[in-house]
Amino acid sequence: MYITLIFIAGIMVTVIGWLLRQTFNTQPWVATAEDNAVSGASLDANSKTILLAGFLAVATSLFGLFISAYSLRMEMPDWSPLAEPNLLWVNTAMLVLASIAYQWARNVAIEGRTSAVRFGLSIAGLLTVLFLVGQMLAWQRLMSEGAYITGNPANAFFYMLTAVHALHLLGGLWVWARSTIKVWSGAEADTVRLSVELCAVYWHYLLLVWAILFAMLINT
Amino acid sequence: MAYVAIADRDAQEYDHHEPDTFITKYVWSQDHKVIAIQYGMTAIFVGVIALMLSVMMRLQLGFPDSFSFITPESYYQFVTMHGMIMVIYLLTALFLGGFGNYLIPLMCGSRDMVFPYLNMLSFWVYLLSVIILLISFFVPGGATGAGWTLYPPQAIAQGTPGVDWGILLMLLSLAVFIVAFTMGGLNYVTTVLQARCRGMTLMRMPLSVWGIFVATILGLLAFPALLVSAIMMLLDKTIQTSFFMPAMLSAGEQLSHTGGSPVLFQHLFWFFGHPEVYIVALPAFGIVSDVLATHARKNIFGYRMMVWAILAIGGLSFVVWAHHMYVSGMNPYFGFFFATTTLIIAVPTALKVYNWVLTLWQGNIHLRVPMLFAIGFIFTFIHGGLTGLFLGNVTIDLPLSDTYFVVAHFHMVMGVSPVLVVFAAIYHWFPKITGKMYNESLGRWHFWLTFFGTYAIYLPMHYLGFLGVPRRYFAMGSTDFMPQSAHDLNTAITISAIIVALTQILFFVNMIMSLRSGKKSDPNPWGATTLEWQTPDNPPKHGNWGHDLPECHRWAYDYSVPGYKDDFIPQNVPASGDAPVGRDHGVHH
Amino acid sequence: MPLAIALIFLVVGSLVFHFLSPWTFTPLASNWSEIDLTIDITFWVTGLVFVAVNLFMAYAIIKYRYKKGQKATYDPENSKLEWILTIVTSVGVAAMLTPGLFVWAKFVNVPEDAVEVEAVGQQWHWTYRLPGDDGQFGNVDTARITSDNPFGMDPDDPAGQDDILIYDGEMHIPIGVPVKFNLRSKDVLHDFAIAEFRVKMDLVPGMVTYLWLTPTKTGRFEVLCEELCGIAHHTMRGAVIVDEMDDFEKWAATWPTFADTQSAVAGNAAVGAAQYAVCAACHGQQGEGNKALNAPKITGQGEWYLRRQLENYKAGRRGTHEDDVYGRQMAPMAMTLPNDAAISNVIAHIQSLPDEPAPSTIDGDLANGARLYAVCAYCHGDNAQGIQALNAPRMAGMTDWYLASQLHNFKQGIRGKHPNDFQGKQMGFMARTLQSEKDINDLVAYINTL
Repeated sequence: MYITLIFIAGIMVTVIGWLLRQTFNTQPWVATAEDNAVSGASLDANSKTILLAGFLAVATSLFGLFISAYSLRMEMPDWSPLAEPNLLWVNTAMLVLASIAYQWARNVAIEGRTSAVRFGLSIAGLLTVLFLVGQMLAWQRLMSEGAYITGNPANAFFYMLTAVHALHLLGGLWVWARSTIKVWSGAEADTVRLSVELCAVYWHYLLLVWAILFAMLINT
Repeated sequence: MAYVAIADRDAQEYDHHEPDTFITKYVWSQDHKVIAIQYGMTAIFVGVIALMLSVMMRLQLGFPDSFSFITPESYYQFVTMHGMIMVIYLLTALFLGGFGNYLIPLMCGSRDMVFPYLNMLSFWVYLLSVIILLISFFVPGGATGAGWTLYPPQAIAQGTPGVDWGILLMLLSLAVFIVAFTMGGLNYVTTVLQARCRGMTLMRMPLSVWGIFVATILGLLAFPALLVSAIMMLLDKTIQTSFFMPAMLSAGEQLSHTGGSPVLFQHLFWFFGHPEVYIVALPAFGIVSDVLATHARKNIFGYRMMVWAILAIGGLSFVVWAHHMYVSGMNPYFGFFFATTTLIIAVPTALKVYNWVLTLWQGNIHLRVPMLFAIGFIFTFIHGGLTGLFLGNVTIDLPLSDTYFVVAHFHMVMGVSPVLVVFAAIYHWFPKITGKMYNESLGRWHFWLTFFGTYAIYLPMHYLGFLGVPRRYFAMGSTDFMPQSAHDLNTAITISAIIVALTQILFFVNMIMSLRSGKKSDPNPWGATTLEWQTPDNPPKHGNWGHDLPECHRWAYDYSVPGYKDDFIPQNVPASGDAPVGRDHGVHH
Repeated sequence: MPLAIALIFLVVGSLVFHFLSPWTFTPLASNWSEIDLTIDITFWVTGLVFVAVNLFMAYAIIKYRYKKGQKATYDPENSKLEWILTIVTSVGVAAMLTPGLFVWAKFVNVPEDAVEVEAVGQQWHWTYRLPGDDGQFGNVDTARITSDNPFGMDPDDPAGQDDILIYDGEMHIPIGVPVKFNLRSKDVLHDFAIAEFRVKMDLVPGMVTYLWLTPTKTGRFEVLCEELCGIAHHTMRGAVIVDEMDDFEKWAATWPTFADTQSAVAGNAAVGAAQYAVCAACHGQQGEGNKALNAPKITGQGEWYLRRQLENYKAGRRGTHEDDVYGRQMAPMAMTLPNDAAISNVIAHIQSLPDEPAPSTIDGDLANGARLYAVCAYCHGDNAQGIQALNAPRMAGMTDWYLASQLHNFKQGIRGKHPNDFQGKQMGFMARTLQSEKDINDLVAYINTL
């Protein structure tokens, strides 16, 4: 039952372990021309990409801990599983399509096709909004069935986890809105390329998180 | 090793447009040095409040029932806010937001943080969290008195001060702080990874950077645990969910909660809380290493071991959390695992201590004020570390947990020790930050009174713990096993505490006086090797390096290298040459 | 140089302090000498390191202090030395950890033949339960807790009928046999700790935790709550008395079983009226109180509170302090009630009398009174209505000069001094936070307005 916590601890130890490996086989007090020539950047990536990767690590820790809290709380005797509405399958499909649309927008952005980027971003945004609306409908349906947040910890987790996930998507939509407005007001695809690339990754990540949360929610 | 050619050096472009108005230069500044000072001042400001709270607590413990403004209600509020402010809003913010911001770009040879705007935002959000925290003193019912660990149910149940508004603002403030920390933290990590100057390999970085860097990673991964527990507790409090809240009574009435697990909160809290100890300790470890090496004129002994120990401690810190919970009612079999991991972490920690001491060995030790504080740190840290071996060993924790032994231990190891490093660091870098020298004799007085005074507080406190005196007691009253002498000891401890608190006035007087009328400092008064001492201007200006970025040619500890005239070679001096010609490295003794 | 001397001084001073300190572990009263042994081993290992490393550091500071023209040795690392130190440290750590783990294994596994008892924590009192003749505890549930069933017992569980309920802060256990304490909380976290027994454990609402020990000394040991449980945490005291087995059994027999408490007969007000004649002489025909005779108003006060005070007087927990002039007058009066039934009857009569608010006789600074009352409200309620679950009596509309005199008595230790008057001791803690007679008057004046 503590496996999740230890699993997360494992991830964290791995991060530290990666750094540890970076530092073996050195004799730093011996100045070498090879060392003098290094650029001072450890990773071959744009710094915004690294920022996003860092943020995803933080978010993973956050969701992982929620999941771990879920699995620990589930052990208590008063847990009664929630019957999730089937609407969630539709929502999931929306999010999958949104992710695909974003990926397509990313591809055309790299190719520099501005009008295609406009189209792709709009579709991706629309599908994402549909997902969020669908989640709200799912909440409403549950509440109309009397499954309130205070009714059972399973309900409480459902509402809380979907809300936290939705908040992350809303944050993504803010960045989406900026690049979408930009391309619709005449900017070239190239100016939003990086933003679209990173957002695509973010969307895939949130799709993955949703898939895991959804699988966990319906299976328990 | 993965080093790559950089296409993306946009943050490194030299910015010729220095901000010129007062507002852009000192208020909405994106300069890491200004942000560092803003962070530092704010942290020290709340730290002083927390210090005053501790004096109030000590007044009650030393002279029970003598002050009408200290009631059980206000006492528990003082305890809680003192702890929370010191751990989070002072030490975390000061080491990472303050020293991290100041030192990372300078020591790595960068112009600034990679994301200066985000960096500025981080400070203002931090300030917001501090303001929310301070507001909680003035809401109806006052600040929360749940203890800094905020354990439910009692944190959100009747019978605890501040249960209506105080706890809500506390949780909100923590959430805001975590946002601020995440913005700052991602920035520090990216800067260390991507924006070092040419030649600055990871293993050439000074240990200060290593300590701050790893502590930041710990913080980024651990603070979400606090956020998760804060969110769930907020829901339990506001809309009556039962994540942590079990079926229970409150003043005889049944509450609507059912089945929640208070122990679950403790797991989440300490999953954050233990790494938090190292979030504070690792920067202190790093900084003290650099201060020791500089003033002993000797390379840090076993640099590689020091880096690996930082990494090992950082990694292990995620698998020891439940040693705070041996008597919490969790599955007792976890005691075996966590006692073992906890005692294992003692090994790399001990190695760091040996290496500091071995750095002094065969050195040429200048006992200036920063060095006094640094050596004082080694002493208090040895003491606090060794008492940790008592508490980490699950069996010995049975009699000692929740007693004054615990209070004495953690104040020694993460109160006094890091604060001594904070002072060492402030005195050490004061000439760089301000361009002025501090007053040496005031600094010495500050050290001696603080060092002896804190030891006089905490050494006897351990023995109250042996006796069995419990912590978090407003008053001991007549307790069967407590002789009168134990009450007298409490009075003596209080007197020491007041002396130590008053001593800090010397520090502020010194800082203010030196800032106004201190002697102008050399750019590199200690003869230090690291890059921040090699800036073209003192104090460094916006962009740090003038037109050309420095290049790193050696590790950070080329002190007293055989065959060289000077006893140090700055990191930016090429291997072929001697110390730069024509520059006076008048070492200040 | 002064720094090196200071370090040596602190090392020597710490050792002297350690060996001369009168503050050390309390004399052990349980089987857990292994815990003390583990502590001793840790003391030796850590003490050695403390002395060795610090003295070495002091020596280095003296030997290698700055001298003009001296140059430090350039010495990046020494793998061999670092390996040796790693191994030596690991051995030291293992020497401390290994015994620790063995003792912990013993603590985790309770002996089969342990006597089981239960300690129940609530804000801010201890109560206890024994399993009774069948050796089995009945089911309990927090949701069933009421003022008539403070343990939350299941009335339908046959195993619970003979459970002995000790609604008091003092518990007895037998010497020489393993005793397992099951620990349960009604509200928040608490921690059951007795210094002389060495072991402690948190009480967690919603679950049952445990600890065990074999008492090795008879005597009285103070129970402290050691997990912050709210504003009166420091007043949550109890006691465990270690008895010979015979004495323990005799003591246990004096407490009611759950079945007894369920079948208790309600008091008869008509019968009580006759007994009340004695009381009426001072407290008045209508129980309204009489200042000239120093008798407070007793109508409108909680039945449970009147009962406890009468029992306290009878048992000598109250009205025995030499300075408690009026309490000493009341004690023989309480003796005229021969048994529980008589107490119930007379209380039933008092409850039937009209409850007129007592006249207020004390004025004071209401703002200061309101400030001071903030702490009182935690137990006595925002309106001073009294809260039975917290053992806090009603104060609003009660006799104000009596409140003032009792606060004075609590503050001076005239009331609440008896070791078994746990509620009185608690109130003593609180009354002592009142600094002056003025504070007391201000407070009482404020209570008059509630």
